[in-house]
Amino acid sequence: MRRAPLPADSLDAADRAILNAFQAGFPVVSRPFAEAGAALGLSEDELVTRIARLREVGAVTRFGPFFDAEAMGGAFCLCAMEVPADRFDTVVTLVNALPEVAHNYERAHRLNLWFVLATERPEAIDSAADRIERETGLKVLRFPKEREFFIGFRVAV
Amino acid sequence: MTIDATDRRIVAATSGGLPLVPEPFAEVARWLALTEDEVMARIRAMQATGVIRRIALAPNHYALGLVANGMSVWDVHDMQVDALGAKVGALDFVSHCYRRPRALPDWPYNLFAMLHGQDRDEVAAKREQVAALLGPACRGHDILYSTRILKKTGLRLSGEG
Repeated sequence: MRRAPLPADSLDAADRAILNAFQAGFPVVSRPFAEAGAALGLSEDELVTRIARLREVGAVTRFGPFFDAEAMGGAFCLCAMEVPADRFDTVVTLVNALPEVAHNYERAHRLNLWFVLATERPEAIDSAADRIERETGLKVLRFPKEREFFIGFRVAV
Repeated sequence: MTIDATDRRIVAATSGGLPLVPEPFAEVARWLALTEDEVMARIRAMQATGVIRRIALAPNHYALGLVANGMSVWDVHDMQVDALGAKVGALDFVSHCYRRPRALPDWPYNLFAMLHGQDRDEVAAKREQVAALLGPACRGHDILYSTRILKKTGLRLSGEG
């Protein structure tokens, strides 16, 4: 994924309108780009071309359905650990070795290791976290999602 | 909630994104030897049950100039956290907002919100805006900046964990 900002003039007003309009929803109809484009004053062709370009230049990471793994029976859990500085690399190696660990970040805080466990069944979350506790001798704090508030994001038009 | 084998094939076929063609659902149907109507009906049904949260375009914050981000965390009164969480989630600089359990005594915070800005000063200013919105219902807050990505793998099915 692109981590550097695009040049300031990379996106025009129509691109920004597309970015804002399609974060919430996209119609499930035979010719969705025609319908969605009409709302933005863009033709079907122009909308398809612009989305393709936005993806190509890295302004969008993904266009399509976002699935809820929990609704399909899987589970996620955000976890945090306080790892002593002199053991940090060793603990990271142990944690990263577990296939259940999807993302892992170092953060500037007393709790300096934050990772997401992703498993196919909910029970597997605790067994993975317990295993990390056994292998490291450190506590694994567990922060499962209890409620999600609207995930939104707007770019200045 | 369960999905059947055909639904799983649709999930697998579209997990990388929808094809950018005028009739994307007909295209997916061709890949899977289904009809367009069946693909659309199954996608609508998965939306209704919540398996598909939304069909959307995910912006790349970094490419859009928002290279600074911080995980802000808030200790919000239990009676007000849901109403206030919805307001925080609706702010235009917040990308993800979740209520999570506290882990006392280690961790008093129950509301998590990812804040994005062009630099850390801007993120800090936005943190102040969230603090003002929460008002006296918030008893304490902190912000955690990531210093290193140590692992990032796997199919990203939903927004974040």
